[in-house]
Parts: sequence; structure tokens; C-alpha cells
Amino acid sequence: MSDKPTYPAPQGNAETKPFWDAATQGKLLIKRCLSCKEPHYFPRSICPFCFSDATVWEESAGEGEIYTFSVMRKSPTGPYAIGYVTLKEGPSLLTNFVDCDLMGLKIGQKVKVVFKPTDGAPLPFFTPVT
Amino acid sequence: MSIKGKAYIAGVYEHPTRHAPDKSVAQLHAECARGALADAGLTKDDVDGYFCAGDAPGGPMAMADYMGLKVRHLDGTDSGGCSYIIHLGHAAEAIAAGRCSVALITLAGKPRTGGAPPRASGPEVDFEAAYGATTHNIYAMCALRHMHEFGTTSEQLAWVKVAASHHAQYNPHAMLRDVVTVEDVINSPLIADPLHRLDCCVVSDGGGAVIVTTPEIARSLKRPLVRLIGAGEALKGPRGGKSLDLTYSAAVWSAPPAFAEAGVTPKDIKYASIYDSFTITVVMQIEDLGFCKKGEGGKFVADGNLISGVGKLPWNTDGGGLCSNHPVNRGGMTKIIEAVRQLRGEAHPKVQVPNCDLALVHGTGGLLGVRHGASTAILERA
Repeated sequence: MSDKPTYPAPQGNAETKPFWDAATQGKLLIKRCLSCKEPHYFPRSICPFCFSDATVWEESAGEGEIYTFSVMRKSPTGPYAIGYVTLKEGPSLLTNFVDCDLMGLKIGQKVKVVFKPTDGAPLPFFTPVT
Repeated sequence: MSIKGKAYIAGVYEHPTRHAPDKSVAQLHAECARGALADAGLTKDDVDGYFCAGDAPGGPMAMADYMGLKVRHLDGTDSGGCSYIIHLGHAAEAIAAGRCSVALITLAGKPRTGGAPPRASGPEVDFEAAYGATTHNIYAMCALRHMHEFGTTSEQLAWVKVAASHHAQYNPHAMLRDVVTVEDVINSPLIADPLHRLDCCVVSDGGGAVIVTTPEIARSLKRPLVRLIGAGEALKGPRGGKSLDLTYSAAVWSAPPAFAEAGVTPKDIKYASIYDSFTITVVMQIEDLGFCKKGEGGKFVADGNLISGVGKLPWNTDGGGLCSNHPVNRGGMTKIIEAVRQLRGEAHPKVQVPNCDLALVHGTGGLLGVRHGASTAILERA
């Protein structure tokens, strides 16, 4: 059997610390701009759409659907599925799909966030909603 | 200011090696530089502008010093595999502005025997690095979405590899010289669904170099005249995750200014070098460059349409990255070189496009499904 994958600990920085603090509480945060109202991910202090600095943290419902994915066959730790999830709030993010039959994944499938431990803050992953 | 006709490609050199355990990366750069200068009929001391990207050890300053160059213009723009096509445009700008008169562009590396340089990470690193993004699975995600939206099939993608293999059979330096069929491609093992092993390019040691110069110097040399008449560059990323659409590339922005500057359209192009990191890369770029409508790239490449002498768009007649050479996992340099061979009439006779007087060179760099650069150049036989 292959080894279980281990994930690198996020290094974090002053700009993203609230995201990782929330992750330890099992919360997925996104950023929203108070000026243009657009949400974005990964989080920035300056809005990438209107360049306002009036961005605030917002808790995502952690629900979305699969935009696309690929099952990677060539991996020393066994196959894994990378993909994009489009969150209900709007932004799409890169992630892995876990705790599921990788061969059963489909574009459009509903998924929800699950956090997986690292040596540092936990990382957001997604799993199909059954 | 337009660069149209203000810079000529006087020399090109593709290193014949695909496996270089006994050479250093810097050495390969210098060997490529020597080869391109010899091709042009120029010497090292003629070089007064130097361009290189992330594969150059220590960047432009260290490599210029290593090679003993005395230059008045340096450019280390790195946008992955398309960097060298970007350099072509930048060199033309510098030449047009009088900042240099003989520009040297080099690429080299040895991912087979020395490992590839690590991809630089940006502010996204904590939010992406853990998810195991490789070139294979990131391009595969584009392929799956393209299939989902447009009905593109694995068989259509396979035709890209089939065309590359038809050309590679005539290239004695190509890594893979066996002609393959659509069935060979789709029956090869899945690497990252839906891409199979034969949907992927080769990994090779090696490199290449290009010399760009003024019209006056080019005319004083003995080589056929090839000039740059249009250039464009662009980038695309998830940009905050808004309206994610992986079915198109930054070519939709790099190509129109290049065509406009050149005053030509895709219909006029006689030969196209299009970076083929994976089969899907070619299908998407052919659409984005305007050779067909979005979503019809699969149909466009099918039935041998990219095979020289057979189809409507002779493409990557050296066998491309899919079959011949893909030094440092960066395909832009070899794309320029084969286009110049075609325009000079120096391609292999079996793949030479008759009266080839207008060629397109295009590449992407970075990761197509995350953030990537794109560059388009239009070259003409003068």
C-alpha cells in the first residue's frame, strides 16, 4: 500500500493570519470588498477587482460544486484528485477532493469543505455531499 | 511605436542533445549561444543585448558574465515556457529603440539528468501548493472542462500527437520517432484523467538560442532574411476566483495585437509553431489564436489537419515537444527555431511547407489551468 499523503503546513503571513486562525476553528474564510461588493479567494488585503482596501473577512458556507478536476495517477502516495470548486458565494478555488471514490467524481457535483491536519494550520479540502 | 520589420532573426540554434549528464546548465546555454552566433555569422563580441529566463543559472547578469558578454541591454523576463517568444518581442523593441543591435536569447537545462529548476511561488503558495498541482493534472483539468463544454474527445486530442509523430519521424534528433495512431494514444496509460501518457510532451535536456538584430546587420549577413512583424504578450490567472473559465488561454489577448501589428489574419499563416506541452494545449490555443471558433479546436486538429502536406495548418514540423524536444520543460524556444527553419526553407524536405513566407509562433508558460503567460509572434520571410 502507498503511504498516506501528508500536506505541507501553511507558512502564513500578516495578511493571511486570520484565514489560518479561522481554519483551526474549522471555518473557511473568503474576502469581500465593501466597495465593489465582490468576494474573492485566495484572500488579499486589496481587492483584485476594484483595488479598494476596504476588504473584510467573511465566513463561507463551505459549500459549492465541482467546476473541473483531474485524478492524478502518477503519485508515490497513490492517486489523488485535484480540482476547482465554485463556492456558493461565487469564488472558485483550487483544492483536492477527499474521503470519496475518486472515480465517481463529476463536474457539477455538490461538495462541502473538510479540513485536514498539517503540522501547522489545517487545510481546506472538499468532499462530495451524499 | 511598432516593431514591425524593425528586427530580424539572424541566427538560430537548437542543441542536438536530449540527454546531457556530462554538461552543466550554464555550459548548455553557452553552447547554444555559440551555435546561434555561428549560424548568424556573428561573434560573441557583436552581442550587446542579452535575454534569458528562469532556466538561466543566476539570471541574466550571472549568465552574461559567465559567457563574457559585454552588453548594454539585459532582460530576464520569466513567463515560463513562452518567455523566449516574449524575449523576441522585447528584443525587437530594444533594437527599434536603439538600446541594442545584436540581441542574444538563450534557453537551456537538464530536467532529465539534473532536475528542473523549482517553479517560483507567489502569494498564492499557501492556498495552492498543498494540492499537488503538476503540469499534467492542471492541463488535464482544462481538458476535462473543454470536453464538458464542447464535447471535445480523447480521439480528437490524440490527433495532435499523431501529427507530431508524423513530423518527428524525419527528425534524427527527435526523442520519439515512431509514428503513432489515435488508438496508440488513447490506449496509453492515463497519467492525469483525461490525459494519457502520449498526450504529454517529452522531458529532455538541451536548449536553444536565437540572435535578433537590426535590418542593416541582417542584410550584411549571409543567411536568409526572416523578420518579426508582430508580437503580443498576455497573462491569465484565476484573478480572485471570479467567473473561472479554464476553456480559454491568454492567447485570446496576446494574438490580436500581434496579428494587428503584422497586418495579417490567421488565414494568411502558412506554418504555425504552437507550444504543445500537452495535446489539449494545442487545441485550446488554435481556437484562441483564431484558427477556428471556440470549442471547434478538436474538430480542427482531427484527421491529420496539422500534418504538413496533408492538412490545412502545417504545425510543429520538427515533431514539437510531444515527440522531439522540450528542453527544461519550456517549449517556446524550439517553436521559434522551427518557424525560422520553415521561413528559410531549411526544414526537412518531407515537412517543408512550399513557399513558406509567413509563420506564427505561439506559446504559453506556467500552468494553463492556474496562472500562465502567453506570447504570439508573427514572422515573415523578407
